[in-house]
Amino acid sequence: MTQQLDTTEIGAARGRVDARAKVTGTAPYAYEHHVDQATYGHLVLSSIARGRVTAIDATEAFAQGGVHAVVTHENAHRLADVSDGELAVLQSDRVGFRGQIVAIVVAEDPETAREAARLVQVTYDEEPHESVLDADSPDLYAPDQVNPAFETDTDEGDVEAALAEAAFTVDAVYETPVQHNSPMEPHQTVATWDHHDGRDRLVLLDSTQGVHPVRQTLAPLFALDPQQVTVEAPFVGGGFGSKGMPHANVVAAAIAAKHSGGRPVKLPLTRQQTFTLGGHRTPTVQRVRLGADADGRLDATWHEVVEHTSRVKEFAEQTAVATRLMYDSPNRRTSHRLHALDVPVASWMRAPGEAPGSFALEVAMDELAVATGVDPVELRVRNDPASDPESGHPWSQRHLVECLREGAERFGWQTGVPPRSRREGRWLVGQGVASATYPLNVMPGNEAEVEALDGGRYAVRIGAVDIGTGARTILGQIAADALGCPVGAVELSIGDTSLPFATVAGGSAGTTSWGSAIVAAARALRDEHGASPAVGAVARGVQPENPDTEQYSIHSFGAHFVEAHVDAHTGEVRVPRMVSVFSAGRIINPTTARSQLLGGMVMGLSAALHEETVIDPSGRMPNHDLAQYHVASHADIGHLEAHWLDEVDEHANPMGSKGIGEIGIVGAAAAVANATFDATGVRVRSLPLTADKLGG
Amino acid sequence: MANTPISVTVDQVTYEDDVEPRTLLVQYLREQLGKTGTLIGCDTTNCGACTVHLDGQSVKSCTMFAVQADGHDVTTIEGLAQDGDLHPMQQAFHEKHALQCGFCTPGMIMQSIALLQENPNPTEQEVREGLEGNLCRCTGYQNIVAAVQAAAGAGSAAGTQSEEGAA
Repeated sequence: MTQQLDTTEIGAARGRVDARAKVTGTAPYAYEHHVDQATYGHLVLSSIARGRVTAIDATEAFAQGGVHAVVTHENAHRLADVSDGELAVLQSDRVGFRGQIVAIVVAEDPETAREAARLVQVTYDEEPHESVLDADSPDLYAPDQVNPAFETDTDEGDVEAALAEAAFTVDAVYETPVQHNSPMEPHQTVATWDHHDGRDRLVLLDSTQGVHPVRQTLAPLFALDPQQVTVEAPFVGGGFGSKGMPHANVVAAAIAAKHSGGRPVKLPLTRQQTFTLGGHRTPTVQRVRLGADADGRLDATWHEVVEHTSRVKEFAEQTAVATRLMYDSPNRRTSHRLHALDVPVASWMRAPGEAPGSFALEVAMDELAVATGVDPVELRVRNDPASDPESGHPWSQRHLVECLREGAERFGWQTGVPPRSRREGRWLVGQGVASATYPLNVMPGNEAEVEALDGGRYAVRIGAVDIGTGARTILGQIAADALGCPVGAVELSIGDTSLPFATVAGGSAGTTSWGSAIVAAARALRDEHGASPAVGAVARGVQPENPDTEQYSIHSFGAHFVEAHVDAHTGEVRVPRMVSVFSAGRIINPTTARSQLLGGMVMGLSAALHEETVIDPSGRMPNHDLAQYHVASHADIGHLEAHWLDEVDEHANPMGSKGIGEIGIVGAAAAVANATFDATGVRVRSLPLTADKLGG
Repeated sequence: MANTPISVTVDQVTYEDDVEPRTLLVQYLREQLGKTGTLIGCDTTNCGACTVHLDGQSVKSCTMFAVQADGHDVTTIEGLAQDGDLHPMQQAFHEKHALQCGFCTPGMIMQSIALLQENPNPTEQEVREGLEGNLCRCTGYQNIVAAVQAAAGAGSAAGTQSEEGAA
């Protein structure tokens, strides 16, 4: 059990400390920084899916005037390490997917750069390619592990025998499409090479979820010590995983700045370019088989996943991992298989694994409820495991049942109502439920520094990044309680590699990982300098290891309740109401937390209703913009409620919190799908739930 | 490319500039005037991050050329606050926590002001439909709707009139 902070500021509903800057347009994102003598980059992307660049003619591009460089594989700065196929930008003539970087134009202004990029003529030697996921492909393979380090396959008991003997079974295939994170700020970088302490230095302003991870990734590519790379990200316009690790555009900016005569290069991706360069969620084909007794108690759970990966760089999403612990099922089998394709590189998108995996499992549970005649809420309650079925460890807390009960009460869940039995005018009305879970992720190695200032104030420093989560606000609250001072006495600095090391803002791990380091630093200051430290007293703290993470299974849980309306004639789906209840440990700041949870729920709702990136047989993403890749807008959203249980998980960290960035999206799409089934009697097993699938 | 002279008033200051005919209004505001409070999110007029007012009407500044603003009044997010006092809509977004990453916020505020000019007391549904051309990926929209309705209640329409009157 970790020593808990006395909480005064933690738990207070405080407004965002950077709100004024954001409502006045004065918060500088990466590109928005003024830099002297800037030049402007624009990327040229491949128009074939596989092959080789045989010639690049930049004559017309240069003829425009104002073009400083056209950087290609023939003249690009050589990287010291080309082992990462995604990041080895312009290091060979190979093309591995449509939309890969084949040239960078550096010009005097953005218009010139863009027009010149259009005029660069690239000739290819095209090779046969594959770009469409085929779950029956003979080329499927098992990755060594799935993201980040889970076993690829698990097999407990005898799932086939259990299925054969089950009173009721479900056996269905569920599909989720390619999705794009689509933060409102496209990826953008400002790169400058200069000299510092007699050595080359790469200075980056980047739109990233982690300044130190960018430094660690880029330094070896350019044969630099990490200290020779500085990264700043004071404000980031969302990420949702797509800025969690540096993608090719960041390397491209650094390379471009080797060709700009020592001037900075501003390299923004267009929205369209983010689709092939900024990562995406892999499509999945998931077969789920459930076996249960006459009362709906699971005896067999078998979840098989096939997903795509890029031949350029493997990413194996952990789609079936949450199924290993979600319900009490003595016989369990899970597997992941990859189909390697000539497609852009898949990566993290909000709740990788849990988000698509929960769609399959939670719709399958709904199908089991129908098959057994057990109410869907009750079915989940009956299958709630007393300890973690996978590890055997006790739960630190597992309050899924409480979330289901409270959610059902708040929502007004109706039992015993058959599908397609309620109608309001042209709308068929249905209700749906789904469970959610997300693990406590801890990223090790975080450090923080605390310095006593005059007037009882403290400087608190850590290289964490606030990508819109509210970290800048809540880390101040944590620091205040750790120091025993008012939040107004804390001067927090984040988002810069000159500050102590911080891990990525991802995996709902930020608050746990950074907060624990801040608490350690505050405790060190008190230990080393007492209750009234002299001005200038400094202490550093390293996030301690938490032995409880080895002894307990620490997870958040949640339950979503959705009312769906389906047009009886057109199949159009509307979601007028969604009520979700979460168990996520202590909530540090109800204001920022509610917004995070609502945002996650809406991203899940958006996945349910709209989101689908098409990759066609030519390897193109034809709907690669926000005109055609639809995300939920204001008018798609109805009444939303996010609630949480009032609780503290003392095994998690000194704050008692478990992270809230991902849990809101997990299960949300399944709840919508289950509600549309209840409305229509039509079971849709693929996302998104478009009108054509629901019929009239 | 031959430049074209324009005279444009932006946030109450008049600029006489030569611009390329291909330069978008948003690029002129950002690159030439340094008004980077107006952001670019999509390039295809879908996200609304670049929304500004042209003679009091909201426009997506990535879908206009700078030369089309010749002779017109432009108000950006940076021209709303007067003497350090936030515009009521800015205040409402601040108080209602109608933002997270903040990237949609400038455009969202500009469109919200335009919405109240047309409809000073919108219902929740009217707010949702009036702002459907402005995307937010973080907040789930709930607090944005609350902010617009709060601003309507606080007489933001009057504030808007004085802003436009001053421009």
